[in-house]
Amino acid sequence: MTTRIERRFAELRRDGRAGLVTFLVSGDPDIPTFERLLEGLPAAGADLVEVGMPFSDPMADGPVIQAANARALGAGITLARTLEIVRRFRDHDRTTPLVLMGYYNPIWAYGRLRFLDDAVDAGVDGLIVVDLPPEEDEELCLPALERGLDFIRLATPTTDDARLPKVLQNVRGFLYYVSLTGITGVKDAVAEAVAPRLARIRRHTALPIAVGFGVKTPEQAAAIARIADAVVVGSTLVAEVAAHLDEDGRPRRGLVAAVHAKVAALARAVREARP
Amino acid sequence: MRANSLRTGPDERGRFGLYGGRFVPETLMPCILELEAAYEEAKRDPAFQAELDGWLSDYVGRPSPLYFAERLTAELGGAKIYLKRDELNHTGAHKINNCIGQILLARRMGKKRVIAETGAGQHGVATATVCARFGLQCVIYMGERDIERQQPNVFRMRLLGAEVRPVSSGSRTLKDAMNEALRDWVTNVETTFYLIGSVAGPHPYPAMVRDFQSVIGRETRAQMLAKEGRLPDVLVAAVGGGSNAMGLFHPFLDDPGVRLIAVEAAGEGLDTGLHAAAMSRGRPGILHGSRSYLLQDEDGQVIEPHSISAGLDYPGIGPEHAWLKDIGRLEVTTATDREALEAFELLARLEGILPALEPAHALAATVKLAPALPKDALVVVNLCGRGDKDVYTVARHRGVRL
Repeated sequence: MTTRIERRFAELRRDGRAGLVTFLVSGDPDIPTFERLLEGLPAAGADLVEVGMPFSDPMADGPVIQAANARALGAGITLARTLEIVRRFRDHDRTTPLVLMGYYNPIWAYGRLRFLDDAVDAGVDGLIVVDLPPEEDEELCLPALERGLDFIRLATPTTDDARLPKVLQNVRGFLYYVSLTGITGVKDAVAEAVAPRLARIRRHTALPIAVGFGVKTPEQAAAIARIADAVVVGSTLVAEVAAHLDEDGRPRRGLVAAVHAKVAALARAVREARP
Repeated sequence: MRANSLRTGPDERGRFGLYGGRFVPETLMPCILELEAAYEEAKRDPAFQAELDGWLSDYVGRPSPLYFAERLTAELGGAKIYLKRDELNHTGAHKINNCIGQILLARRMGKKRVIAETGAGQHGVATATVCARFGLQCVIYMGERDIERQQPNVFRMRLLGAEVRPVSSGSRTLKDAMNEALRDWVTNVETTFYLIGSVAGPHPYPAMVRDFQSVIGRETRAQMLAKEGRLPDVLVAAVGGGSNAMGLFHPFLDDPGVRLIAVEAAGEGLDTGLHAAAMSRGRPGILHGSRSYLLQDEDGQVIEPHSISAGLDYPGIGPEHAWLKDIGRLEVTTATDREALEAFELLARLEGILPALEPAHALAATVKLAPALPKDALVVVNLCGRGDKDVYTVARHRGVRL
């Protein structure tokens, strides 16, 4: 049985283009606004959507996503509510793959197997859990795969040839290549540096590779789209959310349209990247 | 090592039962594996051990005395109370034991830049000290709130040539400093050695820091045998992350006659919600690379801890402590801010020693415990730091402006 993620990457390959993966934090800046953001992403040009599961201590994230996590938690988001949001999204979108991304503790606190069952039931397609390296696969990765949920691993510039097979074992869906050593949204991705790394990884796997961390502008997205199967854009979209909040942190008019316009611009760049 | 020993952990996955592990981003994994290999190699190298011993004696000033607190004993009217005087170490706390060990390892691994987190500032000062001595670049992450309450230590770190980076996220205390240090490490992993100060973090840190701190317990064992001809009955130590306690306890784990008492910070009271008592009131969870008891809400969000002592103001606890608690080897009790302040003043007046507010929690628990014990019972309190850094805090609580 093919998964939604596999089908989407097969379509992209057929169309001869890279995909755009968007990342936003669930419940940011508040739950109703986030739902409107999420709903409109596919129409704006997102090929896959990543939804961040907020955590109080996001240790791999830069200031922009840290602030979004804090806003969302302040707005009352919980993991259970995130799953409800996914369920409502699935009511009207059966094709766009949706991946939850976050840290392990909220999942552990929810009950890891109950979480997996509820995630499948809600229509989640894959998981990225930042602080679960392959050494901890028994915790969540293996039970997720058993339930047909893709487990997407991060490979980084520090993942050398000796370690790659370990990182690739038990991965399904796609591989997420982190373009730089660092946290989200601070440094800039450089396509010239990423290309040889991707070539090296492709010698070890046929999985689609998405590249993220440090992709901010349509130009950067296009450059990555020429060498990767998908481009992940996160902090720059989250920053767009933050830029449309008033002094009390409430969304100003036009927030949703502005974020979708940014997605559309990135999507255009990604779609036109390859001749 | 005996087959049924409690001292053989962790297993090859870095686990102490359910606890421990390596819950870190992939970027850090190769580095953590490299560190583990380097540490295992150093541990087996007699030259490394000999060098470490030399630094501990000539630079740190070890062994620290095991001091019979005669007037405190008389005041409490019960067990004989000994103080393990780790506050007499160079830099004024036990933290330097571990810093010397890790800096030798950093040098061996060819790292040029060292980062660390600090709460009370004792670990930051000790890290800045060894970096100065070994000529390595040093960056210390410290929560803004801790910077306010530990000004003397901030100035000491800067005098020692370290850069102190204020952390303004979250509760602006130790946990946030650790988040920020981890972010730095992820960014600069290839050049940087992360010198963790407690028996926390991903494997191999809990075991490595424990090993470097175990000199406290090994000395205590020999000193007590020399003074009293037998092992102590009770060991008492404060726990934030738990490094001073594990250092004292570990060499005694296989002596069932020795009670081990960990004292958590009860802050303004266990029922006020303003405390740092992870084992008393937390549930198992995952933070900063390992699973252990953690103060968290129903949704798995970390609850901001509270303690008058910046060194205990941490929502977690080292994984080996969590395991020892679960198997019943470790007793866990608590002391409030007020009880710690009272114990601080008691020791100052009776013994002429200003303890840090961290071991003042251990003293507070001892004040409650000792009177109920027979007069020939032997209690050792780990006096893991001196109180000079805390005089401003104590003054403020007494309504005195310095």
